[in-house]
Amino acid sequence: MTRDQIEQILRAELNRIAPDIAIDRIDPAAPLREEFDIDSIDVLTLVTALSKALKIDIPEADYPQMESYADLLDYLAARAG
Amino acid sequence: MSAFLMPSLGADMEAGTLIEQLVPTGGEVHRGDIIAVVETQKGAIEIEVFQDGRLEGWLVGVGQKVPVGTPLAMIRAAGEPEAPQPQDPAPEPPAPEVPPPAEPGPPSTEPEVPPPDIPSPEQPYPELRRPRASPAARRLAARRGIDLSRLAPRRDGTIRLADVDAAAGAPPAPDMRQAIAAAMARSKREIPHYYLSHQLDVTAVLDFVAQRNADRPPEARLVPAALYLRAMARALDKYPEFAGHYIGGRFRPAGGAHIGLAINLRGRGLVAPAIFDVDRSDIDAVMAAVRDLVQRARAGRFRARELSDATITLTSLGERGVDGLFGIIYPPQVAIVGIGTPAPRPCVVAGQVVARTMATLTLAADHRVSDGHRGALFLRAIDTHLQQPEAL
Repeated sequence: MTRDQIEQILRAELNRIAPDIAIDRIDPAAPLREEFDIDSIDVLTLVTALSKALKIDIPEADYPQMESYADLLDYLAARAG
Repeated sequence: MSAFLMPSLGADMEAGTLIEQLVPTGGEVHRGDIIAVVETQKGAIEIEVFQDGRLEGWLVGVGQKVPVGTPLAMIRAAGEPEAPQPQDPAPEPPAPEVPPPAEPGPPSTEPEVPPPDIPSPEQPYPELRRPRASPAARRLAARRGIDLSRLAPRRDGTIRLADVDAAAGAPPAPDMRQAIAAAMARSKREIPHYYLSHQLDVTAVLDFVAQRNADRPPEARLVPAALYLRAMARALDKYPEFAGHYIGGRFRPAGGAHIGLAINLRGRGLVAPAIFDVDRSDIDAVMAAVRDLVQRARAGRFRARELSDATITLTSLGERGVDGLFGIIYPPQVAIVGIGTPAPRPCVVAGQVVARTMATLTLAADHRVSDGHRGALFLRAIDTHLQQPEAL
């Protein structure tokens, strides 16, 4: 899967959880939870959806590697790319 | 034959718009079936029927807004005789109230029709009680769309023109904000709150969640809120006076631990729909219910019982909040438990200063029903249960 394809999936899932947030207007380097104003249950919903869509395991211990939108995309690309 | 009414979905609801009829005329219905969807200030609510039978006819059309208590449909109970045959003309069902077509003339100042006085077999609708008010106050309230039952009566028990005038002065707020404002204003006006605070060591809870989640796929993972809910349900076993409803001057204890979970809806407001039977569910079932509820809350779709049947509320600030909060009780409930954002703190354990993860646990409760002494024991019981998370 290409990085672009992975990003499309990530954007679609983020849009499902926070449909009121324009992804193009967030700061990709800022903390994801702040930018999207999502709580821990939303994060769990996001991780559940991403691991299914990309067929990868995302252990909770890896959460610190997904602080920002850019970090999360890098993480997913490294695992699913 | 009985009427299926526009339900009251909480202290703050005056009217709702029927947006879906899910059962056709003549269709069979079973207790617990969702037969209609109603749009309220809180979103689209799925409405259940409370009996078995056949839907004889809809009285309100899709798109119509009607007050709480208005019959939406007629339902013939299973076993009731057939409706009269065509040669024996059936009595006309009451015509649904249709808003008059727009006319170029002066704007209509007709008040909305008051809810008909129909005793409900399913549940009481305390909102239908008519407050005592002067005729002038009543007229102004009707003209300005103000619900008199929202206003605090004077010492002599009546509402006067000036009271309505004062209430009418506020600028209109968005729908959900209005609903929150009405419920919280009523709470602050009617409920003598008392507040307690306790330092809760959540190290065991967070360790348990981390360990449990380490080797589980995301769909089977827990969040601490599920443990908080279970600990509350356990504590309520011993302190039942914190779960229930205070209606008509007396406290009605809850039939089960149906715990409202406060969910923040980014920018739109806050809802606290119920997780049912937390006392009878294991931790995974509670977690599944939390996930389901949060996702539906985001989509703005609830079931009627979820908004009306919570017996106590939990509000947890999660990981990005502040130390603590003091909740406002959601009427007619009698208590709300708050949990602040956990943070590492120096603690004294067995004479040694050690780092522990602490959170501020709070209770706001109704002094008409309980006292601070019992409230303190209730909070301590929650704490005790949370120290053995594996037993939850």
